Amino acid sequence: MALLYHILSTGLMRGLVGQLIGTLAGAGLILALQEQSFRESPEGPMVFGGIVGVLTFLLFAGAFTDWIKWGQGKETHMVHGAPEHKPSWWRYFSVDYNHKVIGIQYAVAGVAVLLIGGLLAIIFRLELTYPGLQFLSEDTYNTLFSAHGIIMIVSILLGVGAMVNYLVPIMVGAKDMAFPRLNAFSFWIAVPCAVLLLAGIFIGGWDTGWVGYPTLSTTTTLIGVNFFLLGFWIFGFSSIAGAINAIVTTFTMRARGMSLFRMPIFVWGALAANLIQFTATQAVGLALMMVIAQRTLGLGFFDPAGGGDPILYQHLFWFYSHPVVYVFVLPGLGVISELLPVFSRKPLFGYRWIALSSVAIALVGFLVWAHHMFVSGMDDSLRVPFMMATLLVAVPTGVKFFSWIGTMWEGKLTFPTPMLFVLGAISVFLIGGLTGPILGTIPTDMHLHDSYWVVGHFHATMFGGFVFPFFAALYYWYPKVTGRMYNERLGKLHFWLMTPGFWLMSLGQMRIGLMGMRRRIADYDPALGIEFTHFLITFAGLVIGWSVLIMVYNLVSSARSAEVAEPNPWGSRSPEWQIPSPIPEMNYETPFEVVGSPYDYGLPDSTYVRMAPGAGD
Amino acid sequence: MTTRRKQLLTVAVLIAVSTVLVYLLLAQIYQLPVSASAEAQSIDTMFTAHFIIIAFLFSLVAVFVLYSVFRFRRQEGDDADGTHFHGNTTLEILWTIVPLVMVVAFGVWGAFVLNDITEARPNEMVVNVTGQRFVWSFEYPDYPDVGPTQELVLPVDQPVRLRMNSIDVLHSFWVPEFRVKQDLVPGQETNLLVTPSETGDYQVRCAEICGGGHHSMRAPVQVVSQSEFDQWVQEQTVSLANLSPAERGEQWYTEFGCNGCHSVDGSDGVGPTWLGLLGRQEQFDDGSTATADEAYIRESILMPNAKVVSGYPQGVMPGDYEERFAARESELAEQGIEVDILAELIAYIQTLEE
Repeated sequence: MALLYHILSTGLMRGLVGQLIGTLAGAGLILALQEQSFRESPEGPMVFGGIVGVLTFLLFAGAFTDWIKWGQGKETHMVHGAPEHKPSWWRYFSVDYNHKVIGIQYAVAGVAVLLIGGLLAIIFRLELTYPGLQFLSEDTYNTLFSAHGIIMIVSILLGVGAMVNYLVPIMVGAKDMAFPRLNAFSFWIAVPCAVLLLAGIFIGGWDTGWVGYPTLSTTTTLIGVNFFLLGFWIFGFSSIAGAINAIVTTFTMRARGMSLFRMPIFVWGALAANLIQFTATQAVGLALMMVIAQRTLGLGFFDPAGGGDPILYQHLFWFYSHPVVYVFVLPGLGVISELLPVFSRKPLFGYRWIALSSVAIALVGFLVWAHHMFVSGMDDSLRVPFMMATLLVAVPTGVKFFSWIGTMWEGKLTFPTPMLFVLGAISVFLIGGLTGPILGTIPTDMHLHDSYWVVGHFHATMFGGFVFPFFAALYYWYPKVTGRMYNERLGKLHFWLMTPGFWLMSLGQMRIGLMGMRRRIADYDPALGIEFTHFLITFAGLVIGWSVLIMVYNLVSSARSAEVAEPNPWGSRSPEWQIPSPIPEMNYETPFEVVGSPYDYGLPDSTYVRMAPGAGD
Repeated sequence: MTTRRKQLLTVAVLIAVSTVLVYLLLAQIYQLPVSASAEAQSIDTMFTAHFIIIAFLFSLVAVFVLYSVFRFRRQEGDDADGTHFHGNTTLEILWTIVPLVMVVAFGVWGAFVLNDITEARPNEMVVNVTGQRFVWSFEYPDYPDVGPTQELVLPVDQPVRLRMNSIDVLHSFWVPEFRVKQDLVPGQETNLLVTPSETGDYQVRCAEICGGGHHSMRAPVQVVSQSEFDQWVQEQTVSLANLSPAERGEQWYTEFGCNGCHSVDGSDGVGPTWLGLLGRQEQFDDGSTATADEAYIRESILMPNAKVVSGYPQGVMPGDYEERFAARESELAEQGIEVDILAELIAYIQTLEE
């Protein structure tokens, strides 16, 4: 009984109830108004109900409570530690202002959403094993791949949020993020968005892909598209608010002596990613809002018959959606650069070059969006400059690879699970990186555009730049977060299944793309000679799926029963490893001071940070 | 020779060997479809260059990483750290400048090839391409007697300018053997130049998601000799006036893209099949039913959303057929041919008995 009460009283459960009530109330109001008028469409009730539902979720979950009190001029107190009279897990499912709790919330939500998105992919991958439509209708197939795309993007952004939230404050020596309440808001607004996207699958589905190009998205009769557009749009608020918080924290709350070039390298990757997120998200928000307005109110932004332009959407959309892939990969590449020196026992090769290459990628990333539109009908006077800018991305990316090699050279390498995933990340990101320029030069892109080559390339960059490094980070910081050690054998099993599985999948996808396999088709022409490769891709996809389940089992079961980890099992110089695990509620008892450079492994008698007495154990 | 020099020399040899092996492997796994256009030749040369660079860069990084993994692994009982060095500015500048030069070179080359394959030719033949969910149709303005066709027939070695339009959503024209690709955008004309160089049968495949029938949006493409093309033009030039109303109806069935959604052989599509349509009892979502008589079919074509048969999506079928029929009728009237498209479609449906 008590347990049931505790579960029902979590912010998550209260929020979900609030969202249901709000959505139904909002939709009901519009339906009642529609009764009185001639205009009837599902758009009004779905869009208005959806918006009200997100707001009532936040209200019921408690994300607005303190702000409402501020509005009323009441005092609020920052509560530290777990709430009284509640079990220890309760705060992880409720509104909590501690950045480590929020980081864990992001991570758990990210992995949960990753599993859902992966399941969707497995379903349609099974359909593609053989030619012919076996068990999915074309509309269901389209819904599944569209939902897979956007749900995975949400999952990745949650995963990035997890790393940024948990790591940035402890790495720069702050007690928390700059704006703890805004931080909680950033996480909690993402939850009703995920609910909307999932609901869209069941309420009508949609067939626009995650890109939602007009005029398909403005005219499709699959009404799940309304929840897709809305969920995607509102999710942007989470990105923007989260980015502001991380940027302010990085710039204003660093420990004494920590100049920008003495920050742990991960913070550089996170900073570059957050600068993109803060400045680009508005463009896609605008594009999505315009599609919603066109569907709901009939405004003709993208309707050629009403003077609109469908290509305009693509510009607005990719102005965000290209840079955002660097939001996905820059923190991941930061993890690679962060972990390699630890497991190589050597300084990071060319710290400044790696740090600045992140910023360079972020800047150049803003000038390349139209390469997604090379065959949309753009004039050559635009296509050629965008081709040049696109190819430039290879330069700072190459700097990272070469610097990683320099870091490993003449090191003393060890290979526990996190290091294996770092090496896996380098191998997979190498595949993703090398298959990019061929898409960047327009003549070759004219063949490869919208083919499975793009699918293979994109998944290689996402797995190499995010998924592998994210898993490396989960294993690496696991003892710091939980105080216990994961199971090393299961970790290695996960790696040795997932890495070859991924190579097979992505190399196979590129092969069939070159041979003529189009993206986003429910059935394919066996005459192309791609049947056996499709079979292999599905097989590899299943191996990847199982390997991720092994990781989830490992992380969940080790949290309770595994052996207690030492405070610094990896022998890292980074400040978070100099304090007990799990990290105390307020991080560092007293502020530390930076007295050296972060990666001086092999330099006798040097340290990165000097802990004030009493700060350690 | 120092140890480091020996190590680097070993790595260099391994990279060279690996580059060759990886390239041979790539050439085995990554094979382009047959090349069947003049444009494909310069594009395929770029593909080869890209794959050589990929083989080299892959080997460069992979050999260094694997060498380090095996050569620099920590030995049992060795707790010391690695060699302490922070970087090397000369190297950093080198591996910034060299790739920069390489990508700029590829960019310039790409721009030249692009210019080469898109430059207007003096003797272009124009074909108008229309995309409609989920069918392609082609018109030959140089041969006005050839009505809109469902297959693209092209003479070999003749530069063709495809002028493309979409009447509903985005589509994309892709014949993998031709290599080049171009989107069709509603409300604006897009262009693609292609010069077929090999006779044969190919397919155009829609490469931009366009909804429920996207994967089946394909049409045959035939590249034939000039004499065969002339003969084909002759065959196509059957005067509409000589056809029976039902035969003309069959032409309208494909010309207006009805076949994108409605089969005539009883198979299921985005819309109900026309086989045995006349006299069939149709059921609607509100539970009501109607017998498909002439008046019902007339209404279903002109006002498609007035009644939608249960199990089929609302709002997919365009509602502008009345205007499009009228436009076509007046166009033919100028040539002295009187037709009644709607009536002839119904006459065609009458012939489709089960």
